[in-house]
Amino acid sequence: MKAWLPLLLRLALVVLLVAFVTSPGWFEPLLKPLTENNAPVIYNQGSLLTLTLLHLRTVLIATVAATIVAVALAILVTRPAGAEFLPLSRSLVNIGQTFPPVAVLALAVPAVGFGEKPTLIALFLYGLLPIFENALTGLTTLPANVVEAARGAGMTGWQRLTKVELPLSAPIILGGIRLSVVISLATATIGSTVAAKTLGEVIIAGLLSNNLAFILQGGLIVAALAVLIYDGLSAVERYAARRMGREAE
Amino acid sequence: MNIRFDKLGVVIAAIAAYAAFLAPFATFRANRIVPGQARSILEALPATAGPLLLAIVVVAALVALFRTALVLRLAASVVALAALALLVGVAGTFLTSAGNTFARVSPASGFWILIFVFTLLLADVLTRLNLSPWARVGVLAAVAAAIGLLLVSGAWNDLSILKEYANRADSFWAEGSKHVTLALGSLLAAVVVGLPLGILCHRVERLRAGVLNVLNIIQTIPSIALFGLLIAPLGWIAAHVPGAAALGIRGIGTAPAFVALFLYSLLPVVANTVVGLAGVPRAANDAARGMGMTDRQRLFGVEFPLAFPVILTGIRIVLVQNIGLATIAALIGGGGFGVFVFQGVGQTAMDLVLLGAVPTVALAFAAAIILDAVIEMTATKRRVETA
Repeated sequence: MKAWLPLLLRLALVVLLVAFVTSPGWFEPLLKPLTENNAPVIYNQGSLLTLTLLHLRTVLIATVAATIVAVALAILVTRPAGAEFLPLSRSLVNIGQTFPPVAVLALAVPAVGFGEKPTLIALFLYGLLPIFENALTGLTTLPANVVEAARGAGMTGWQRLTKVELPLSAPIILGGIRLSVVISLATATIGSTVAAKTLGEVIIAGLLSNNLAFILQGGLIVAALAVLIYDGLSAVERYAARRMGREAE
Repeated sequence: MNIRFDKLGVVIAAIAAYAAFLAPFATFRANRIVPGQARSILEALPATAGPLLLAIVVVAALVALFRTALVLRLAASVVALAALALLVGVAGTFLTSAGNTFARVSPASGFWILIFVFTLLLADVLTRLNLSPWARVGVLAAVAAAIGLLLVSGAWNDLSILKEYANRADSFWAEGSKHVTLALGSLLAAVVVGLPLGILCHRVERLRAGVLNVLNIIQTIPSIALFGLLIAPLGWIAAHVPGAAALGIRGIGTAPAFVALFLYSLLPVVANTVVGLAGVPRAANDAARGMGMTDRQRLFGVEFPLAFPVILTGIRIVLVQNIGLATIAALIGGGGFGVFVFQGVGQTAMDLVLLGAVPTVALAFAAAIILDAVIEMTATKRRVETA
C-alpha cells in the first residue's frame, strides 16, 4: 500500500490543480470566508488558466536559455583551452548569486522596458547559477578510468564529450535544472511588480486590495506547480542516474 | 619576438575598447524623469581629465591583453577603477551648471561596463593570487573604506543617485537599519530554532523526512504570497492575544516580513545541520563513546565542532538570501531598501531604484565574502586539528 500512496497523492494534486485553473468557480465556497465586504473571491481581471500558462512559458524560456548557456560555459571551462577561465568563472557564479532578484528586475527595466523581458533576464541570470555549478561538478568528477578508456579507444575530444562525458553528467546536470526551475517558478511572481503576465499578478492584486483569497490562490497554484515539477524532474533524474550507474545528487 | 596574449585579457580589452570609445559615459537630464542625453568620456569631462581617463583605460586594457605579471595586472585594475570612480564624480560637477538643482547626471552604460571589466580583471588577479581568508576580508574592508571616503568627501555629490539620497537621507538610514534588522533578526531566530530542530532530526530518523518535506514545501511558496498570507494570522493575533500588539505584532508591516524570512531560513539551517552531523566520521563518535563521554558531551565536544563548517554554509546561504528577500518586505509595508526600489519603479525614476538596489547588493556581497572567509577558516582549522 505504501508504494502507491505518494503516487496517488501526486495524481490527486494534479487533478486538483487542473480543476482549479480551468474552473475556479467550483472552489468559490472554500475561499469565500477569506474575503470581506463581498469582494470577488476568484481573480477576475484575467483567466487563471492563461496566467498559469504564461507563467510556465516564462519559466520554460528562461530555463532553456539558462541551460544552454550554463552547460556550454561549463563545457568550455573544463576543456584544456578554457581551463584558464575556471577559477574566475567560479568566483563570478558566486558573486552573481548575491544580486537580489528585485534589484535585477528593477535595473533591467530601463534597458528593456516593462513587461516580460526584465523577468526573463532575471530568471535567466538566476537559473544559470545552479545549472552551471552542477554541470561543473558533473564534468569534473567523472570516473577517471572511464575517461581514460574512452581516450584509449581512440575517441576524439568531441566524441568523448557527447558519448561519454555529457551522458555520465546528465543526472547531476538535471539536478541543477530542477533547482533552477523551482527557484524560477517562485521568482517569476516577482516579475509582476514590473508588469509581467505571471501568477504574481493575482498575488499582487490581492496585496493591493487586501484580498486574502487572491493571495492564497496565486500562491497555492505556484506552490503546487513547483512541487509537481520538482517531483517529476527528480523521477527523470533517478531514471537517468540508474541508466548511467551514477548516484543522483 | 614572442608576444603572448592572455585569453581573458582579449575579452576584457575588446569590451573596454567598446565601452570607452563607443558607449556613453554619462547621461545628462534636465530633470529626474525626462529621457537623458548621452555624453561620451571626452564630452563629459573637462579638457585634461577626459584624455587622461582614456589613456588610463587604454594602458590598463593593454596590460590585461598581454601576459603580464600579476602585480602589474593588479595595479592596472586598481588604478583604472580608482580613476573611473573619481572622474565620474568630476563629470557630475562638470555637466551640472552651478546652482541648477533640477539637472541630473548619472553614470551611463559605458561607465558601468568599464567598471565591470576592470572588476573582472581585479577578480581574476585576486583569484589567481589565492588570498588567505583574512586577506580577502582585508581587501573588502579597504574597498569599503575607499568608497566611504569618496562618499564623505563629497566627490560624488553631483551624481543623481546621491541627489536622491540627499532628499531622503533620514529615511535612507531608517529603512537601511530596518533592512539589516529584518535580515539578521530572522537569521538569528532561524538559528535558535533550526539548530535544535536539526539535531533532533539527526537523532530521530522518523522525524527527518517529515520535517524536511514540510520545510521544502514552504520554500516553494513564492515570497510575495507568503508575505501576504501571514498578514491574516498575525492580524488576528494582534487583535486577540493580549500584549501582542504592544510587542509590535501587526497584520501588516515588519512582523509578517520577519516571520516569512524566518520560515524561508529554516530549511537551509536544518538541512545543513542534518547533513553536517551525518558527515561526522563514525570513528570520531566511537572514540568519544569509548572514552565514556555522555551524549551531551559528545554533541558539544565532538559532533558539533566537526559539523560546524557545514552548518555555517547553511547560515551563509540564509544570510545572502535574506538580504535579497528583505527588499520584498516593502510590498507589505515592512520597510527596508525595497521601499526605494518599488517607489523608483513606480515613478520610473531609476536613480531611486539604484538608491535601494546598490546598498542591497553591497550588503549581500559583503556578507557572502565575510562568511566564505569564516567558513574557510573553520574548515582549515578543523583539518589541522584532525590531521
